[in-house]
Amino acid sequence: MTTLIEVPEAEPGIVAPKSKSAAGGGLGRYIVIRFFLIIPTVFILVTLVFFLMRVIGDPITASQGGRLPPDVLAQRIHDAGYDRPVLVQYFEYLGQLITGNFGTTITDRRPVVEVLTTFGAATLELSINALIVALAVGIPFGLIAAQHRDKTPDALLRFFAILCYATPVFFSGLLLKLTFSVWLGWFPVAGRASTRTELTMSALAAPTGIYWLDALRSGNFTALGDIASHAVLPAIALGLLTAGVFLRLVRTNVIGTLGKDYIEAGRSRGVSEFRLVTKHAYKPALIPIITVMGLQIALMLGGAILTETTFEWKGLGYQLVQYLNARDFVAVQGIVVLLAIIVAVTNFIVDIIAALIDPRVRY
Amino acid sequence: MSTPQLTRPKQPLFSRLPVISHLKKSVGLQRGMLVVGVVLSGIFLLTSIFAPLLAPYGYSQLSDASGSFPTQEAPGGKHLLGTTVGGYDVLSRVIWGSQTAVTVIIVSVAMSLFLGVVLGLLSGYFGGWLDRILVVVADAIYAFPTLLLAIVISIVISRGQSSFWGGIFSCAFSITVVFVPQYFRVIRAETIRLKAEPFVESAKVLGASSARIIGRHIFKNATRTLPLMFTLNASEAILTLAGLGFLGFGIEPTSAAEWGFDLNKALADTSSGIWWTGVFPGIAIVLTVLGLTLVGESINDLNDPRIRGRKRAGRTPAPGTPAGPESPANPAEAGKS
Repeated sequence: MTTLIEVPEAEPGIVAPKSKSAAGGGLGRYIVIRFFLIIPTVFILVTLVFFLMRVIGDPITASQGGRLPPDVLAQRIHDAGYDRPVLVQYFEYLGQLITGNFGTTITDRRPVVEVLTTFGAATLELSINALIVALAVGIPFGLIAAQHRDKTPDALLRFFAILCYATPVFFSGLLLKLTFSVWLGWFPVAGRASTRTELTMSALAAPTGIYWLDALRSGNFTALGDIASHAVLPAIALGLLTAGVFLRLVRTNVIGTLGKDYIEAGRSRGVSEFRLVTKHAYKPALIPIITVMGLQIALMLGGAILTETTFEWKGLGYQLVQYLNARDFVAVQGIVVLLAIIVAVTNFIVDIIAALIDPRVRY
Repeated sequence: MSTPQLTRPKQPLFSRLPVISHLKKSVGLQRGMLVVGVVLSGIFLLTSIFAPLLAPYGYSQLSDASGSFPTQEAPGGKHLLGTTVGGYDVLSRVIWGSQTAVTVIIVSVAMSLFLGVVLGLLSGYFGGWLDRILVVVADAIYAFPTLLLAIVISIVISRGQSSFWGGIFSCAFSITVVFVPQYFRVIRAETIRLKAEPFVESAKVLGASSARIIGRHIFKNATRTLPLMFTLNASEAILTLAGLGFLGFGIEPTSAAEWGFDLNKALADTSSGIWWTGVFPGIAIVLTVLGLTLVGESINDLNDPRIRGRKRAGRTPAPGTPAGPESPANPAEAGKS
C-alpha cells in the first residue's frame, strides 16, 4: 500500500512522503510507549500503598481489635492470611490485582470492585457536572480576560481565578448551602436526589447509575428535575475549583496566540477584534486545555472526596471516608489503588487525544 | 561617550531579598497584587506569633470565671464571633488556628525543601539508573490525587487520632510526601540545564570535586525559583491541612485549633442556619491562601520578563540595558509579546 502511494508522490520531493510515514509510525509508537508507561506508575503506587498500609499492622486488628475476643481475632487473622510474611502477602496481592480482585471489605464484606461499580457512577456524575461548570465558567471568562488584557476586567477575573483556587471546596460548599438552601431555600441541602427519586432510580432495569442519564432514558421528567436541583450546588462547588485553572489557562494561551502573525494578518484585513478572539485565537489555545485536563482529573478526584462529604453525595469519596472512619483499611487500600489506576488510565487517554490533535506532542 | 555599564551595580542585601526586590520591580496592577499578598501574609504571620496575646480565650477553653461558655451563641457581646456547638469561642479558635497552620507550613516545607533539593541535585547531576528510578517514582506520586496520598500517610503516622505534635507531624509529613516530587522535578531540570553550562565544565577542568560543584556552583543557581515554589506550596499546604482536618484526620480540638476540623463540625450547623461556626474559619483559610498565592503569583509574573509590566522608558534609566537608540523600543516590544 505505502509503496503504491509513494510512487506518484516521488516527484515533488523525497522529504514529504518520508515525514508522512514517520508521523504515522510515530503516533503508533507513541501510543504503545505511553501505554507501557502506565504500568510502572500503577505498580509503584500499588507497592507504596500496600507497604504503607501494612506498616500499621494487619487490617483486621485495626478495624475489629478490641471488639472481638483475642482468640477469635487471631483466628480471623489466620484465615485471612495476615499472619504470613509481608512479602508473600504482597506477591499474592499483586496476583489478585492482575485478575481484577481488589479484596473484600472487612466491615461489610463486599468486594471492592462491587463498591466501585455501585458508587463510582455517582462520582462520575459529579465530576461530569463539575467539568461542565468549570468549562462554562473558565473558557468565556478566560477569553474576556485575554481580550481586556491588563485592564480592569482582566484584573477582576484574575482575582476571581485565584479566589477559586484559594477557597477549599468544603468552604464554598458550605457557603452555597447556607445561602441557597438554608436562607433562600432554592435547592435541597444534601444528597443526590430525594428519597422517592432514589427509589424510582434503583427500581429501573439495567441502570447506568448516572441518575440524569437514567431519568432521561426512562423519560421520567419529574425525577430529572429533582436530580438537577440536587446536582446544582455540588457541581458549582467542585466546578469552581477547576474553573479558575481553566480561566487562567485560556487567558495565557489566547494572549499567546493573539501575538501570532496570522492574527496580525487577520486584523490588517479588517477582521473584528471580537471575531479574532473568539474564532482565530481561541481554537489553537484549546489544545493545552486538553493536556491540562488530564492533570485536573487528579485534582478533581481529591476535590470530589471533599465535595461528596460536604453534600452527602453518596459516591466513592463519601464511601471512602465512611470506610476510613470505620478503620476498614482493606476497603481504603482497594479504593485508593482503583483510583490510582483510573487516574493513570485517564492521563493516558488524555495524552493520546492531545497527540491526535497536536502532532507536536508526540516524541 | 564613555563605555556603557553592562552589569547592574550590586545592591545592598536588603533590596536583593526575594519579595523586596520584586516589590521594587513591580508596577501598577502587579504591584497592587503583590502588596495585597504581602499584607495578608503578614497579618497571618503576626496573628500566629501573637496568638496568645490576641485570642480572648484558649483554643480549648470551655469556661471562664463567670461560668461555662454558652453553646452555639450568635456573634456579639462576650464572644465576638459566637461559640460552637461544643462551647468553644470561635474567634479564639480562628486566631489559634493560624499558629497550627504556620507550624505545619514551616515543618512541611522545610522537610520537602531539604529532601526535594538534595534528591533533585543528585539525580540531575549524576543521572544514570538512580535518576531514572527517582523520576519514575516522582512522576507516579505526582500523578496521584494529593489528598488521597495525604490520607494514606496520615493513617500510617497517627492512625487518625493525634496529639498536637503528632498531628502536626502527620499532616506535615503527608504534605511533604506530596511536595517532594515537585521540588525534585524543578531542581532536577535546573541541574541538568546547569550541568551543560561552561562554568561547570571549567570547574571540572580545574579539578573541583562533584560535591563542590553541586554544593557551590549548581546549588546556588538551581534554587532561584524556590521563593516562588515556597509561597505556592505554603498555600497548598494550608489547603491540604484543612482538607485532612475536614475529613477528620486533623488534630483533636483539645490539642490545637485547626480550621478544617472546625469547618467539619460546622457542616452540621448549617442546616439550622448557624453560620458563624463555619464562615469565620473558612474566611481565615481563604484569606491566608489568597495572600500567599498573590505573593507567589506576583513573583512568578515578575520573574518572567515576557509578562512583566514595565515602567515607562523615560522614568527609569534601565541600568541593565546599555543606553542607545534601541532602548526605547524595548518596552514596546515587551508589551507586545
